[in-house]
Amino acid sequence: MESVPRFQSSFAGFARRSACCTVRHCNQKTSSTKNFFKPSVTLETFLFYSLGAVSVGSALMMVTRRSPVMSALYLVLNFFALGGLYLSLHAQFIAFIQILVYAGAIMVLFVFVIMLLNLGDEKKLTEKFSWKKIVGAGLSFGVLMELIFVFAYSTASLPPSQFEKATQIGTVENIGMQLFTTFLFPFEVTSVLLLAAIVGAVVLAKKKLN
Amino acid sequence: MELQPYLYLSAITFVIGVVGVLSRRNAIIVFMSIELMLNSVNLTLVAFSAFLGDVTGQMLVFFAMTVAAAEAAIGLAIIISMFRNKQTVNIDDINILKW
Repeated sequence: MESVPRFQSSFAGFARRSACCTVRHCNQKTSSTKNFFKPSVTLETFLFYSLGAVSVGSALMMVTRRSPVMSALYLVLNFFALGGLYLSLHAQFIAFIQILVYAGAIMVLFVFVIMLLNLGDEKKLTEKFSWKKIVGAGLSFGVLMELIFVFAYSTASLPPSQFEKATQIGTVENIGMQLFTTFLFPFEVTSVLLLAAIVGAVVLAKKKLN
Repeated sequence: MELQPYLYLSAITFVIGVVGVLSRRNAIIVFMSIELMLNSVNLTLVAFSAFLGDVTGQMLVFFAMTVAAAEAAIGLAIIISMFRNKQTVNIDDINILKW
């Protein structure tokens, strides 16, 4: 992992270069080294950490809210932050599909069902404390440690980074080309899956099975 | 930007979803936590796709979103029929499959 070079998108690289130039111009008499005033925070890292903070914070709020409506709204916020992260990875098509399908369609379905169920007063929704929750939180902390251990100490070597190519592969044009050539068969199978989902949802939510 | 921070972020989000599934008793919030876990795995796939310069990860995310939409429709239909039979969405009260 150490051999992977630092990745800079063209825009962030340009911003950093221009910042370097202006700083060097101002401090030409005091410092002649080029890399001394290199800013350590680029636009990309700033975007990543702010969107990541929004994502983690809204996920925490989603899990801890008592009312399902508040949970659903925080989940929408989390989906928007994830859409921003996809954009920062130059996956434009996936970012907009994320906003349209997840934050639009699926969450509307959730809010609609919450409204339909009429869960009543908030007191009935309070969940009592139990030792099972402590065990559950401890187990999930174990999962987190395991994942971080795998990511940090894995000796698997990745091929060299191709991040400069990412601007070309995430476009609608390229995704559509791949979808209708290489991935044509899974795409057609998806239609059968959606048909099964429609039939299943209608049958399950019907009033009486006879 | 490097690959590792994206992996850590998706690990943290995934584990928040696991906490939600294990510790919440409201079936709708459990279901939303499952959606959160699906999304964190999607973030891993898109990050790998961008850093390896391979479009296959993004295609997999596209199909995962399709499956997630179908899963949301079916799961919410199950929750509606559960609520119609038992008048509750608390998963402690819904235990007829448990023996």
